[in-house]
Amino acid sequence: MTGLVLSNVTRDFTEPTSRNVLRGVDLAIAQGEFVSLVGPSGAGKTTLLRIIAGLDTTHSGSVAWQSARRPRMGIVFQEPRLVPWLNILDNLLLVTGPEARDRARSLLAEVELVGSEDALPGQLSGGMQRRAALARALLVRPDFLMLDEPLISLDAALAERMRRLLNAYWREHRTTTLLVTHNVSEAADLSTRILILSPTEGRLVADCALPPPDPRLRNDRAVSVVVEELRRMTHAWPHGDSPENRDTPGPLVRVS
Amino acid sequence: MSWLAEALPVRLGAGWNRLLSLIVLLILWQVAATAVADPGLLPSPLATLRAGYAELVRGELLFHVGITLARVAVAFALAMLIGSAIGIVLGRSPMLDQIFSGWLVIGLNLPALVTMVLCYVWFGLTEVAAILAVTINKVPTVAAIVREGTKALDRPLFEMTQVYNVKPTRVLTHVILPQLSPSLMAAARAGLALTWKIVLVVELLGRPNGVGFQIRTFFNYFDIASILAYSLVFIAAVIAIETFLLQPLDRRLGRWRRA
Repeated sequence: MTGLVLSNVTRDFTEPTSRNVLRGVDLAIAQGEFVSLVGPSGAGKTTLLRIIAGLDTTHSGSVAWQSARRPRMGIVFQEPRLVPWLNILDNLLLVTGPEARDRARSLLAEVELVGSEDALPGQLSGGMQRRAALARALLVRPDFLMLDEPLISLDAALAERMRRLLNAYWREHRTTTLLVTHNVSEAADLSTRILILSPTEGRLVADCALPPPDPRLRNDRAVSVVVEELRRMTHAWPHGDSPENRDTPGPLVRVS
Repeated sequence: MSWLAEALPVRLGAGWNRLLSLIVLLILWQVAATAVADPGLLPSPLATLRAGYAELVRGELLFHVGITLARVAVAFALAMLIGSAIGIVLGRSPMLDQIFSGWLVIGLNLPALVTMVLCYVWFGLTEVAAILAVTINKVPTVAAIVREGTKALDRPLFEMTQVYNVKPTRVLTHVILPQLSPSLMAAARAGLALTWKIVLVVELLGRPNGVGFQIRTFFNYFDIASILAYSLVFIAAVIAIETFLLQPLDRRLGRWRRA
Protein backbone atom coordinates (compact mmCIF):
# COMPACT_ATOMS: atom_id res chain seq x y z
CA MET A 1 0.00 0.00 0.00
CA THR A 2 1.45 3.36 -0.99
CA GLY A 3 -1.47 5.58 -0.09
CA LEU A 4 -0.88 8.75 1.84
CA VAL A 5 -2.84 10.78 4.39
CA LEU A 6 -2.02 14.39 5.26
CA SER A 7 -3.81 15.82 8.28
CA ASN A 8 -3.99 19.51 9.12
CA VAL A 9 -0.64 20.33 7.48
CA THR A 10 0.37 23.92 8.08
CA ARG A 11 3.58 25.61 7.01
CA ASP A 12 4.70 29.14 7.86
CA PHE A 13 7.67 30.95 6.42
CA THR A 14 9.28 33.59 8.59
CA GLU A 15 11.96 34.80 6.17
CA PRO A 16 12.27 37.08 4.31
CA THR A 17 8.76 38.04 5.45
CA SER A 18 6.30 36.20 7.63
CA ARG A 19 3.96 34.20 5.38
CA ASN A 20 1.45 31.46 6.02
CA VAL A 21 1.71 29.26 2.89
CA LEU A 22 -0.28 26.16 3.86
CA ARG A 23 -3.10 26.30 6.36
CA GLY A 24 -4.51 23.07 7.68
CA VAL A 25 -4.30 21.01 4.50
CA ASP A 26 -6.14 17.66 4.72
CA LEU A 27 -5.52 15.25 1.89
CA ALA A 28 -5.78 11.53 1.29
CA ILE A 29 -4.25 9.93 -1.80
CA ALA A 30 -5.16 6.31 -2.43
CA GLN A 31 -2.79 3.77 -3.91
CA GLY A 32 -2.74 3.89 -7.69
CA GLU A 33 -4.21 7.38 -8.04
CA PHE A 34 -2.71 9.94 -10.40
CA VAL A 35 -3.34 13.20 -8.57
CA SER A 36 -2.58 16.62 -9.99
CA LEU A 37 -2.10 19.55 -7.69
CA VAL A 38 -2.96 22.74 -9.56
CA GLY A 39 -2.34 26.27 -8.41
CA PRO A 40 -0.51 29.45 -9.43
CA SER A 41 3.04 30.33 -8.40
CA GLY A 42 3.36 30.89 -4.69
CA ALA A 43 0.28 28.85 -3.80
CA GLY A 44 2.41 26.32 -1.89
CA LYS A 45 2.33 23.39 -4.37
CA THR A 46 6.06 22.74 -4.21
CA THR A 47 6.06 23.26 -0.44
CA LEU A 48 3.39 20.58 -0.09
CA LEU A 49 5.38 18.25 -2.34
CA ARG A 50 8.55 18.84 -0.32
CA ILE A 51 6.66 18.05 2.88
CA ILE A 52 5.43 14.77 1.38
CA ALA A 53 8.95 13.96 0.14
CA GLY A 54 10.29 14.45 3.68
CA LEU A 55 12.47 17.41 2.65
CA ASP A 56 10.54 19.98 4.69
CA THR A 57 10.11 18.92 8.29
CA THR A 58 9.31 22.29 9.81
CA HIS A 59 5.56 21.98 9.32
CA SER A 60 2.80 21.16 11.76
CA GLY A 61 0.25 18.43 11.18
CA SER A 62 0.98 14.87 10.12
CA VAL A 63 2.04 12.99 6.99
CA ALA A 64 1.26 9.27 7.22
CA TRP A 65 2.03 6.59 4.66
CA GLN A 66 -0.33 3.64 4.51
CA SER A 67 2.56 1.22 4.37
CA ALA A 68 4.87 -0.33 6.95
CA ARG A 69 8.05 0.91 5.29
CA ARG A 70 8.94 4.17 3.62
CA PRO A 71 7.77 3.90 0.01
CA ARG A 72 10.34 3.95 -2.77
CA MET A 73 10.09 7.45 -4.18
CA GLY A 74 10.82 8.89 -7.57
CA ILE A 75 10.93 12.64 -8.00
CA VAL A 76 11.38 15.21 -10.71
CA PHE A 77 12.20 18.54 -9.14
CA GLN A 78 11.49 21.86 -10.81
CA GLU A 79 15.17 22.02 -11.71
CA PRO A 80 16.77 18.76 -12.98
CA ARG A 81 19.22 18.29 -10.07
CA LEU A 82 21.60 16.15 -12.08
CA VAL A 83 25.10 15.69 -10.69
CA PRO A 84 27.21 17.93 -12.99
CA TRP A 85 30.36 15.76 -12.98
CA LEU A 86 28.59 12.48 -13.78
CA ASN A 87 27.48 11.65 -17.29
CA ILE A 88 23.76 11.13 -17.92
CA LEU A 89 23.91 7.34 -17.62
CA ASP A 90 25.88 7.52 -14.37
CA ASN A 91 23.42 10.10 -13.05
CA LEU A 92 20.68 7.52 -13.47
CA LEU A 93 22.77 4.71 -12.01
CA LEU A 94 23.62 6.84 -8.96
CA VAL A 95 20.13 6.19 -7.56
CA THR A 96 20.02 2.46 -8.34
CA GLY A 97 23.51 1.03 -8.70
CA PRO A 98 25.20 -0.36 -11.80
CA GLU A 99 22.90 -3.39 -12.04
CA ALA A 100 20.19 -1.22 -13.65
CA ARG A 101 22.37 -0.24 -16.63
CA ASP A 102 20.23 -1.90 -19.31
CA ARG A 103 16.97 -0.53 -17.94
CA ALA A 104 18.56 2.94 -17.62
CA ARG A 105 19.56 2.86 -21.30
CA SER A 106 16.08 1.74 -22.24
CA LEU A 107 14.46 4.58 -20.25
CA LEU A 108 16.84 7.11 -21.78
CA ALA A 109 15.67 5.87 -25.18
CA GLU A 110 12.04 6.33 -24.10
CA VAL A 111 12.68 9.97 -23.16
CA GLU A 112 14.47 10.43 -26.51
CA LEU A 113 17.99 10.75 -25.12
CA VAL A 114 19.67 8.01 -27.16
CA GLY A 115 23.28 9.05 -27.79
CA SER A 116 23.39 11.35 -24.75
CA GLU A 117 24.35 8.64 -22.26
CA ASP A 118 27.98 9.76 -22.09
CA ALA A 119 27.29 13.50 -22.13
CA LEU A 120 27.69 15.61 -19.02
CA PRO A 121 24.55 17.50 -17.91
CA GLY A 122 26.20 20.82 -18.77
CA GLN A 123 26.46 19.70 -22.38
CA LEU A 124 22.69 19.20 -22.69
CA SER A 125 19.82 21.68 -23.01
CA GLY A 126 17.50 22.36 -20.07
CA GLY A 127 14.75 20.28 -21.69
CA MET A 128 17.09 17.31 -22.19
CA GLN A 129 18.20 17.54 -18.57
CA ARG A 130 14.58 17.47 -17.42
CA ARG A 131 13.94 14.37 -19.50
CA ALA A 132 16.99 12.72 -17.94
CA ALA A 133 15.57 13.59 -14.52
CA LEU A 134 12.26 11.98 -15.55
CA ALA A 135 14.09 8.82 -16.67
CA ARG A 136 15.90 8.75 -13.31
CA ALA A 137 12.58 8.99 -11.47
CA LEU A 138 11.11 6.08 -13.42
CA LEU A 139 14.30 3.99 -13.13
CA VAL A 140 13.79 3.32 -9.42
CA ARG A 141 10.36 1.74 -10.12
CA PRO A 142 8.82 4.12 -7.60
CA ASP A 143 5.94 3.27 -5.31
CA PHE A 144 5.20 6.98 -5.18
CA LEU A 145 6.11 9.31 -8.03
CA MET A 146 6.34 13.06 -7.52
CA LEU A 147 6.54 15.36 -10.51
CA ASP A 148 7.06 19.10 -10.00
CA GLU A 149 6.26 20.83 -13.30
CA PRO A 150 8.17 18.14 -15.23
CA LEU A 151 7.24 19.36 -18.72
CA ILE A 152 7.57 23.09 -18.20
CA SER A 153 10.58 23.82 -20.42
CA LEU A 154 9.79 21.41 -23.25
CA ASP A 155 8.47 22.49 -26.63
CA ALA A 156 4.81 21.69 -27.29
CA ALA A 157 5.40 18.60 -29.44
CA LEU A 158 7.95 17.08 -27.07
CA ALA A 159 5.80 17.90 -24.03
CA GLU A 160 2.94 16.02 -25.69
CA ARG A 161 5.18 12.96 -26.29
CA MET A 162 6.34 13.05 -22.66
CA ARG A 163 2.72 13.30 -21.50
CA ARG A 164 1.99 10.17 -23.52
CA LEU A 165 4.97 8.45 -21.93
CA LEU A 166 3.79 9.36 -18.41
CA ASN A 167 0.28 8.23 -19.27
CA ALA A 168 1.51 4.91 -20.65
CA TYR A 169 3.74 4.37 -17.62
CA TRP A 170 0.87 5.03 -15.21
CA ARG A 171 -1.52 2.77 -17.12
CA GLU A 172 1.04 -0.04 -17.07
CA HIS A 173 2.21 0.28 -13.45
CA ARG A 174 -0.60 2.18 -11.71
CA THR A 175 2.07 4.00 -9.68
CA THR A 176 0.64 6.42 -7.14
CA THR A 177 1.58 9.78 -8.63
CA LEU A 178 1.42 13.41 -7.54
CA LEU A 179 1.89 15.94 -10.33
CA VAL A 180 2.40 19.58 -9.45
CA THR A 181 1.40 21.90 -12.28
CA HIS A 182 -0.25 25.22 -13.02
CA ASN A 183 -1.65 23.87 -16.29
CA VAL A 184 -5.23 22.60 -15.96
CA SER A 185 -5.19 20.92 -19.40
CA GLU A 186 -2.02 19.01 -18.58
CA ALA A 187 -3.55 17.89 -15.29
CA ALA A 188 -6.75 16.77 -17.05
CA ASP A 189 -4.79 14.78 -19.66
CA LEU A 190 -2.95 12.73 -17.07
CA SER A 191 -4.92 12.55 -13.84
CA THR A 192 -7.61 10.58 -12.11
CA ARG A 193 -8.07 13.48 -9.74
CA ILE A 194 -7.32 17.20 -9.75
CA LEU A 195 -6.81 19.22 -6.59
CA ILE A 196 -6.88 23.00 -6.63
CA LEU A 197 -4.68 24.80 -4.13
CA SER A 198 -5.80 28.32 -3.44
CA PRO A 199 -3.07 31.00 -3.54
CA THR A 200 -4.83 33.10 -0.92
CA GLU A 201 -6.36 30.45 1.32
CA GLY A 202 -3.31 28.15 1.59
CA ARG A 203 -5.60 25.13 1.41
CA LEU A 204 -7.29 22.88 -1.09
CA VAL A 205 -10.44 24.46 -2.51
CA ALA A 206 -11.44 21.88 -5.12
CA ASP A 207 -11.14 18.13 -5.45
CA CYS A 208 -12.35 16.80 -8.80
CA ALA A 209 -12.42 13.11 -9.70
CA LEU A 210 -11.93 12.27 -13.37
CA PRO A 211 -12.34 9.07 -15.36
CA PRO A 212 -9.02 7.19 -15.69
CA PRO A 213 -6.76 8.76 -18.34
CA ASP A 214 -7.16 5.75 -20.62
CA PRO A 215 -8.33 6.37 -24.19
CA ARG A 216 -10.66 3.35 -23.97
CA LEU A 217 -12.33 4.46 -20.76
CA ARG A 218 -12.29 8.17 -20.97
CA ASN A 219 -15.36 10.19 -21.74
CA ASP A 220 -13.79 13.37 -23.12
CA ARG A 221 -17.07 15.23 -22.77
CA ALA A 222 -17.17 14.66 -19.00
CA VAL A 223 -13.53 15.70 -18.70
CA SER A 224 -14.02 18.85 -20.73
CA VAL A 225 -16.86 19.92 -18.45
CA VAL A 226 -14.60 19.57 -15.41
CA VAL A 227 -11.72 21.29 -17.16
CA GLU A 228 -13.91 24.24 -18.14
CA GLU A 229 -15.12 24.58 -14.55
CA LEU A 230 -11.54 24.46 -13.21
CA ARG A 231 -10.37 26.92 -15.85
CA ARG A 232 -13.14 29.27 -14.80
CA MET A 233 -11.92 29.04 -11.19
CA THR A 234 -8.21 29.45 -11.92
CA HIS A 235 -8.89 32.24 -14.42
CA ALA A 236 -9.56 34.56 -11.52
CA TRP A 237 -6.24 33.97 -9.75
CA PRO A 238 -3.77 36.82 -9.63
CA HIS A 239 -0.05 36.34 -10.40
CA GLY A 240 -0.46 32.89 -11.94
CA ASP A 241 2.04 31.52 -14.44
CA SER A 242 -0.44 30.31 -16.99
CA PRO A 243 -1.34 32.88 -19.63
CA GLU A 244 -5.01 32.81 -18.73
CA ASN A 245 -4.18 33.82 -15.15
CA ARG A 246 -2.06 36.82 -15.80
CA ASP A 247 -4.18 39.77 -16.71
CA THR A 248 -7.53 39.05 -15.19
CA PRO A 249 -7.45 39.34 -11.42
CA GLY A 250 -10.81 38.80 -9.79
CA PRO A 251 -12.55 37.26 -6.82
CA LEU A 252 -11.62 33.70 -5.84
CA VAL A 253 -14.29 31.13 -6.58
CA ARG A 254 -14.47 28.61 -3.77
CA VAL A 255 -15.42 24.98 -4.32
CA SER A 256 -15.27 22.60 -1.40
CA MET B 1 54.28 43.48 -14.45
CA SER B 2 52.51 44.24 -17.72
CA TRP B 3 55.18 46.89 -18.50
CA LEU B 4 57.78 44.10 -18.41
CA ALA B 5 55.80 41.92 -20.80
CA GLU B 6 55.43 44.89 -23.16
CA ALA B 7 59.13 45.71 -22.87
CA LEU B 8 60.23 42.19 -23.81
CA PRO B 9 61.07 42.02 -27.53
CA VAL B 10 59.71 38.48 -27.91
CA ARG B 11 56.54 36.96 -26.39
CA LEU B 12 57.45 33.64 -24.79
CA GLY B 13 55.30 30.79 -23.51
CA ALA B 14 54.59 30.33 -19.79
CA GLY B 15 57.22 27.56 -19.49
CA TRP B 16 59.92 29.72 -21.05
CA ASN B 17 58.99 32.65 -18.83
CA ARG B 18 59.48 30.49 -15.74
CA LEU B 19 62.83 29.19 -17.04
CA LEU B 20 63.97 32.72 -17.82
CA SER B 21 62.95 33.83 -14.33
CA LEU B 22 65.01 31.00 -12.77
CA ILE B 23 68.04 31.92 -14.87
CA VAL B 24 67.72 35.54 -13.67
CA LEU B 25 67.60 34.27 -10.07
CA LEU B 26 70.78 32.22 -10.64
CA ILE B 27 72.55 35.26 -12.10
CA LEU B 28 71.51 37.38 -9.10
CA TRP B 29 72.81 34.62 -6.79
CA GLN B 30 76.13 34.56 -8.65
CA VAL B 31 76.40 38.37 -8.48
CA ALA B 32 75.64 38.35 -4.74
CA ALA B 33 78.20 35.55 -4.13
CA THR B 34 80.83 37.47 -6.06
CA ALA B 35 80.03 40.64 -4.11
CA VAL B 36 80.19 38.89 -0.74
CA ALA B 37 83.38 37.09 -1.83
CA ASP B 38 83.27 34.66 1.08
CA PRO B 39 82.24 31.07 0.14
CA GLY B 40 81.80 30.35 3.86
CA LEU B 41 78.95 32.89 4.00
CA LEU B 42 77.41 32.64 0.52
CA PRO B 43 78.83 30.04 -1.90
CA SER B 44 78.31 30.49 -5.64
CA PRO B 45 75.77 28.34 -7.56
CA LEU B 46 78.66 26.32 -9.01
CA ALA B 47 80.17 25.65 -5.55
CA THR B 48 76.73 24.55 -4.34
CA LEU B 49 76.41 22.24 -7.33
CA ARG B 50 79.82 20.71 -6.55
CA ALA B 51 78.84 20.13 -2.90
CA GLY B 52 75.60 18.46 -3.99
CA TYR B 53 77.42 16.27 -6.50
CA ALA B 54 79.89 15.16 -3.81
CA GLU B 55 76.97 14.15 -1.55
CA LEU B 56 75.34 12.33 -4.46
CA VAL B 57 78.51 10.35 -5.21
CA ARG B 58 78.82 9.39 -1.52
CA GLY B 59 75.26 8.06 -1.65
CA GLU B 60 74.17 10.39 1.14
CA LEU B 61 72.01 12.81 -0.83
CA LEU B 62 69.46 10.36 -2.23
CA PHE B 63 69.30 8.41 1.06
CA HIS B 64 68.48 11.44 3.22
CA VAL B 65 66.16 13.08 0.68
CA GLY B 66 64.37 9.73 0.30
CA ILE B 67 63.92 9.37 4.08
CA THR B 68 62.53 12.90 4.36
CA LEU B 69 60.18 12.43 1.41
CA ALA B 70 58.88 9.21 2.99
CA ARG B 71 58.15 11.06 6.25
CA VAL B 72 56.45 13.86 4.31
CA ALA B 73 54.33 11.32 2.41
CA VAL B 74 53.18 9.45 5.54
CA ALA B 75 52.44 12.58 7.59
CA PHE B 76 50.76 14.28 4.62
CA ALA B 77 48.52 11.27 3.92
CA LEU B 78 47.55 10.92 7.57
CA ALA B 79 46.85 14.63 7.96
CA MET B 80 44.75 14.77 4.77
CA LEU B 81 42.75 11.72 5.82
CA ILE B 82 42.10 12.78 9.41
CA GLY B 83 41.72 16.49 8.62
CA SER B 84 39.27 15.83 5.75
CA ALA B 85 37.14 13.54 7.91
CA ILE B 86 37.00 16.14 10.71
CA GLY B 87 36.31 18.93 8.20
CA ILE B 88 33.42 17.04 6.57
CA VAL B 89 31.84 16.18 9.93
CA LEU B 90 32.12 19.77 11.21
CA GLY B 91 30.89 21.18 7.91
CA ARG B 92 27.83 18.91 7.89
CA SER B 93 26.88 19.34 11.55
CA PRO B 94 26.35 22.93 12.76
CA MET B 95 26.07 21.65 16.35
CA LEU B 96 29.42 19.80 16.29
CA ASP B 97 30.96 22.81 14.55
CA GLN B 98 29.79 25.06 17.37
CA ILE B 99 31.22 22.68 19.97
CA PHE B 100 34.58 21.93 18.33
CA SER B 101 35.38 25.07 16.31
CA GLY B 102 37.19 26.39 19.42
CA TRP B 103 39.40 23.30 19.43
CA LEU B 104 40.20 23.94 15.79
CA VAL B 105 41.23 27.53 16.55
CA ILE B 106 43.55 26.24 19.31
CA GLY B 107 45.02 23.68 16.89
CA LEU B 108 45.55 26.32 14.20
CA ASN B 109 47.38 28.61 16.62
CA LEU B 110 49.43 26.01 18.47
CA PRO B 111 53.11 26.70 17.61
CA ALA B 112 54.59 23.81 15.59
CA LEU B 113 57.67 23.83 17.81
CA VAL B 114 55.56 23.18 20.93
CA THR B 115 53.91 20.13 19.31
CA MET B 116 57.27 18.75 18.26
CA VAL B 117 58.85 19.17 21.69
CA LEU B 118 55.81 17.70 23.46
CA CYS B 119 55.65 14.70 21.11
CA TYR B 120 59.38 13.98 21.61
CA VAL B 121 58.99 14.34 25.40
CA TRP B 122 55.88 12.16 25.59
CA PHE B 123 56.78 9.48 23.02
CA GLY B 124 60.59 9.67 22.95
CA LEU B 125 62.85 10.45 20.00
CA THR B 126 61.05 7.93 17.78
CA GLU B 127 59.73 7.79 14.25
CA VAL B 128 56.16 7.66 15.56
CA ALA B 129 56.67 10.83 17.60
CA ALA B 130 58.13 12.62 14.56
CA ILE B 131 55.27 11.64 12.24
CA LEU B 132 52.69 12.40 14.94
CA ALA B 133 54.11 15.88 15.53
CA VAL B 134 53.92 16.74 11.83
CA THR B 135 50.42 15.26 11.47
CA ILE B 136 49.06 17.13 14.50
CA ASN B 137 50.39 20.39 13.09
CA LYS B 138 48.79 19.83 9.71
CA VAL B 139 45.37 18.39 10.66
CA PRO B 140 43.74 21.70 11.82
CA THR B 141 44.68 23.46 8.57
CA VAL B 142 43.17 20.69 6.42
CA ALA B 143 40.09 20.43 8.66
CA ALA B 144 39.46 24.19 8.53
CA ILE B 145 39.72 24.35 4.71
CA VAL B 146 37.58 21.22 4.17
CA ARG B 147 34.99 22.41 6.71
CA GLU B 148 34.43 25.63 4.74
CA GLY B 149 34.20 23.62 1.50
CA THR B 150 31.67 21.28 3.09
CA LYS B 151 29.50 24.18 4.25
CA ALA B 152 29.27 25.33 0.64
CA LEU B 153 28.13 21.94 -0.70
CA ASP B 154 25.14 21.91 -3.05
CA ARG B 155 22.05 21.37 -0.87
CA PRO B 156 19.63 20.52 -3.71
CA LEU B 157 21.83 17.58 -4.74
CA PHE B 158 21.70 16.25 -1.17
CA GLU B 159 17.92 16.56 -1.21
CA MET B 160 17.83 14.54 -4.41
CA THR B 161 19.96 11.76 -2.85
CA GLN B 162 17.79 11.90 0.27
CA VAL B 163 14.54 11.34 -1.65
CA TYR B 164 16.11 8.51 -3.67
CA ASN B 165 17.60 7.03 -0.51
CA VAL B 166 21.05 6.77 -2.14
CA LYS B 167 23.56 4.73 -0.12
CA PRO B 168 25.76 6.96 2.11
CA THR B 169 28.97 5.54 0.64
CA ARG B 170 27.80 6.42 -2.86
CA VAL B 171 26.78 9.92 -1.69
CA LEU B 172 30.29 10.34 -0.26
CA THR B 173 32.16 9.14 -3.35
CA HIS B 174 29.87 10.52 -6.07
CA VAL B 175 28.44 13.70 -4.55
CA ILE B 176 30.48 14.95 -1.58
CA LEU B 177 34.10 14.26 -2.54
CA PRO B 178 33.88 15.59 -6.13
CA GLN B 179 32.34 18.81 -4.82
CA LEU B 180 35.07 19.03 -2.21
CA SER B 181 37.88 18.53 -4.71
CA PRO B 182 38.76 22.27 -4.92
CA SER B 183 38.93 22.45 -1.10
CA LEU B 184 40.89 19.19 -0.92
CA MET B 185 43.33 20.45 -3.54
CA ALA B 186 43.74 23.76 -1.67
CA ALA B 187 44.31 21.81 1.56
CA ALA B 188 46.80 19.51 -0.20
CA ARG B 189 48.77 22.44 -1.60
CA ALA B 190 48.83 24.37 1.67
CA GLY B 191 49.52 21.12 3.49
CA LEU B 192 52.39 19.96 1.33
CA ALA B 193 54.27 23.24 1.73
CA LEU B 194 53.66 23.22 5.49
CA THR B 195 54.40 19.52 5.99
CA TRP B 196 57.86 19.43 4.47
CA LYS B 197 58.96 22.51 6.37
CA ILE B 198 57.82 20.98 9.66
CA VAL B 199 59.38 17.60 8.78
CA LEU B 200 62.75 19.29 8.37
CA VAL B 201 62.49 20.90 11.82
CA VAL B 202 61.36 17.61 13.36
CA GLU B 203 64.40 15.88 11.82
CA LEU B 204 66.67 18.66 12.96
CA LEU B 205 65.42 18.31 16.53
CA GLY B 206 65.33 14.58 16.99
CA ARG B 207 66.00 12.21 14.10
CA PRO B 208 69.29 10.52 13.09
CA ASN B 209 68.68 10.92 9.36
CA GLY B 210 66.83 12.99 6.75
CA VAL B 211 67.48 16.39 5.19
CA GLY B 212 66.81 18.20 8.49
CA PHE B 213 69.40 16.05 10.25
CA GLN B 214 71.94 16.71 7.47
CA ILE B 215 71.32 20.46 7.67
CA ARG B 216 72.03 20.38 11.40
CA THR B 217 75.23 18.38 10.75
CA PHE B 218 76.43 20.81 8.08
CA PHE B 219 75.48 23.74 10.30
CA ASN B 220 77.91 22.38 12.91
CA TYR B 221 80.68 22.54 10.25
CA PHE B 222 79.45 25.88 8.79
CA ASP B 223 79.17 24.06 5.43
CA ILE B 224 76.70 26.46 3.75
CA ALA B 225 77.24 24.98 0.27
CA SER B 226 76.00 21.54 1.39
CA ILE B 227 73.06 23.09 3.28
CA LEU B 228 72.02 24.94 0.13
CA ALA B 229 72.56 21.83 -2.02
CA TYR B 230 70.25 19.70 0.14
CA SER B 231 67.66 22.48 0.32
CA LEU B 232 67.61 22.95 -3.45
CA VAL B 233 67.30 19.22 -4.18
CA PHE B 234 64.43 18.95 -1.72
CA ILE B 235 62.65 22.04 -3.11
CA ALA B 236 63.03 20.54 -6.60
CA ALA B 237 61.41 17.31 -5.39
CA VAL B 238 58.43 19.17 -3.88
CA ILE B 239 58.00 21.30 -7.05
CA ALA B 240 58.04 18.05 -9.06
CA ILE B 241 55.24 16.65 -6.86
CA GLU B 242 53.21 19.83 -7.39
CA THR B 243 53.84 19.89 -11.16
CA PHE B 244 53.52 16.22 -12.04
CA LEU B 245 51.02 15.05 -9.42
CA LEU B 246 48.86 17.83 -7.95
CA GLN B 247 48.39 19.98 -11.06
CA PRO B 248 47.33 17.09 -13.37
CA LEU B 249 45.05 15.79 -10.61
CA ASP B 250 43.50 19.25 -10.25
CA ARG B 251 42.92 19.49 -14.01
CA ARG B 252 41.37 16.02 -14.07
CA LEU B 253 39.02 16.73 -11.15
CA GLY B 254 37.92 20.06 -12.63
CA ARG B 255 37.27 18.70 -16.14
CA TRP B 256 33.47 18.72 -15.75
CA ARG B 257 33.49 22.47 -15.02
CA ARG B 258 34.81 23.15 -18.52
CA ALA B 259 32.10 20.98 -20.15
